[in-house]
Amino acid sequence: MKPHRRKKLGIILFIAAGLSVAVGFTAFALKQNINMFYTPTQVAEGEVGNGQHFRIGGMVKTGSVMGAADSLRVSFVTTDFVSDVPIQYEGILPDLFREGQGIVAEGELDAAGVFQASRVLAKHDENFMSPEVKAALDAAGASAENHSPTAVN
Amino acid sequence: MIPEVGQFSLILALCLSLMLGSLPIIGAYKNNYLWMSLARPLAAGVFVFLGISIAILAYAFVTDDFSVQFVALHSNSMLPDRYKLTAVWGGHEGSFLLWTFMLSGWMLAVAIFTKSMPLEFVARVLGVLGFLITGYILFMLATSNPFDRIVPLPPADGADLNSALQDFGFIIHPPTLYMGYVGFSVVFAFAMAALLSGKMDAAWARWCRPWANVSWGILTLGIALGSWWAYYELGWGGWWAWDPVENPPLITWLFGTALIHSLAATEKRGVFKSWTVLLSILAFAGSLLGTFITRSGLLTSVHAFAADPDRGFFILAILGVTVGGALLLFAFRAPLMKSEFGFGLVSREILLLANNVVLVVAAASVFLGTLFPMVYQAITADLISIGPPYFNAIFVPLMGLLAILMAIGPLCRWKRTSVGYLLQQLGKVAVAAIALGVVLPLVVTLEFSLAATLAIALASWIVLAMLQDIASKTANKATRMRGLRSLSYSYYGMQLAHLGFAFMIIGVALTSTFSSERSVLLTPGQDVGLGNYLFQFEGTTSVNGPNYVGEEASFTVFKDGEEVTTLRPQRRIYLATGTPSTEMAIDAGFMRDLFITLGEQKQGDAWSMTIYVKPFVRWIWLGALFMTFGSILAAADKRYRRLRRRQTDPISEKKSDPVGGELQASS
Repeated sequence: MKPHRRKKLGIILFIAAGLSVAVGFTAFALKQNINMFYTPTQVAEGEVGNGQHFRIGGMVKTGSVMGAADSLRVSFVTTDFVSDVPIQYEGILPDLFREGQGIVAEGELDAAGVFQASRVLAKHDENFMSPEVKAALDAAGASAENHSPTAVN
Repeated sequence: MIPEVGQFSLILALCLSLMLGSLPIIGAYKNNYLWMSLARPLAAGVFVFLGISIAILAYAFVTDDFSVQFVALHSNSMLPDRYKLTAVWGGHEGSFLLWTFMLSGWMLAVAIFTKSMPLEFVARVLGVLGFLITGYILFMLATSNPFDRIVPLPPADGADLNSALQDFGFIIHPPTLYMGYVGFSVVFAFAMAALLSGKMDAAWARWCRPWANVSWGILTLGIALGSWWAYYELGWGGWWAWDPVENPPLITWLFGTALIHSLAATEKRGVFKSWTVLLSILAFAGSLLGTFITRSGLLTSVHAFAADPDRGFFILAILGVTVGGALLLFAFRAPLMKSEFGFGLVSREILLLANNVVLVVAAASVFLGTLFPMVYQAITADLISIGPPYFNAIFVPLMGLLAILMAIGPLCRWKRTSVGYLLQQLGKVAVAAIALGVVLPLVVTLEFSLAATLAIALASWIVLAMLQDIASKTANKATRMRGLRSLSYSYYGMQLAHLGFAFMIIGVALTSTFSSERSVLLTPGQDVGLGNYLFQFEGTTSVNGPNYVGEEASFTVFKDGEEVTTLRPQRRIYLATGTPSTEMAIDAGFMRDLFITLGEQKQGDAWSMTIYVKPFVRWIWLGALFMTFGSILAAADKRYRRLRRRQTDPISEKKSDPVGGELQASS
């Protein structure tokens, strides 16, 4: 092999090795940080693994929001109109959090089957329902319009 | 009647842009002077008619013409005038009109500021832009006409502008971001013109550079404004969330950053030509990707407009035709572009190449993380999201690597630099940077933090190397002042932008490490401590705005027993929609921000609230400002103006004179 060819081959091998390392790291980081999304029905049916960090989405059940008087703890029930999942959260809820609206919460299930949320998201645009919430409702066979006149997609 | 004039004007703009997208390019191909010379007037015409369109939409907003559907959905008679005017970009249709209008503005600028370039080239550039804008206007007329009427019964009042948008940030962030975004279309058109003509020389890079620099600077500013706005408006003190709509501007920015660096090598040394063209295609594709993600509603995000699949398909088609066509053209023409070669393993070319590799890998990993949920859903039908830890894990080390390279690059010479010289220049700098990184955080905070140490070491590394470089570049001049004056604008521009990056590193790292927050429930008279500060809740009063009512709380902040400031956060209810909205109170400072978000009233007088202390958060945006000023300074460099004056100069010969590039202290 001529020297300049060998040099070129060296550079190509170096780039290939670098690329595979980069791809490997990226794939690993991706795998570590995937948050699965579940509907309340899936959670009720026990599809979620123990201690798994995930997202849940659905409507806030009317009349279910209860805030503690002396702390920032708040509990409510999220529903896809088939199954309900109770959620607890400590902190200030987003502006657009309301009963009958779609939300997405991130967190884990505790031993009692209560979802301990570390983050609660509500949409900033009221006319827009998160695709995740919509999917949850569709999966449960319920159309948002039937149940909640405020959330029209 | 008047809104219809707006629509006619849009259709006229379409007709003109159809001509602009075809005639000048054919003219350039057939060497027909008349057809080529149509480019400039046609571009001006498109600008005028789109201007009339957007002015009429604004008029409809200001006069509360709720028979126009877009106005009815995004305005209200109670809305203050400044928001009525800016509600033009408060929804999908109007913001796309703004986007298109911005592009026509750039086209006009190209038509005006390219007097020194050959007509054939200008005709191709404007032709490509005309082709692009034809697609945009067609898209508007076909799927998202802002002038659609509600017939026969218009509503008595509008639905109101989203309350989160009724803020100063909304007035400036979208136009700035769009202007930067769209600016990369101009660079893309320059690249296409070069591919179409098959000629790409140092002159091309020189024409292209000021445009790329300015677009990049404005995009930087636009992203920073968005970050600043999200920080104070969304209410949780975050300045970056890796949201699917935040990411495409970042991807564009990363490609754009790679592009302005590779353009430097192309201009000065005639290397990396096809790579530069590819980067301009990628940066442009990034900007279209942003449009696609925002407007197709495929991904969950705070920014997404109400979804409509037709729009998604249409934008995807525009993306496919333009980027696909560009890549095809690139595949045919790139082999014709012979790059000069010949540089050593340690040279500025290699450093710029390394910069490009890091930036492109960063862009690719952000791209992957952004689109992965969509691909995953298409394959498995499962919904997933990719959390910020993914992005942080990949992005932060890459930026660290970039910071290391950033200090070395400017010290290197073109072609070849001796390792000994670099060691001699940078040895002390490295030691000093590490020492500063270890000592400074300990002195100030009395606690060790790896992130703070690394960040300060990297930032000092950049800044000290910069000072070293300036010192050695001015060492041979009679006086230091004369030396400083002899350095070019583009050199100062580069250093200012790099300084901005150093500021940003410090801001990001220290804010992420040392921020503290506390959510509490307080009754008037109670206080709560956070860090060195004591926040005393004084009570609430009710406030009435033009289109909202609310409560305003008052806090007195003490540090070491001394009063620092008074903070007044609000909680508002917007009357038209009944939407609640929190307005946080911020005491901004160079070294730290204090801010309070008001939650809701609980039992009795007790209110829930979150209090934050955020050290050095301003440095993030300050860094971005430096970058923007730097890019504008670089674009104002004398050599671009000289070019304009000496029109007849055979500029392309310059590149065969390697000394010319060497002597100029260049970026």
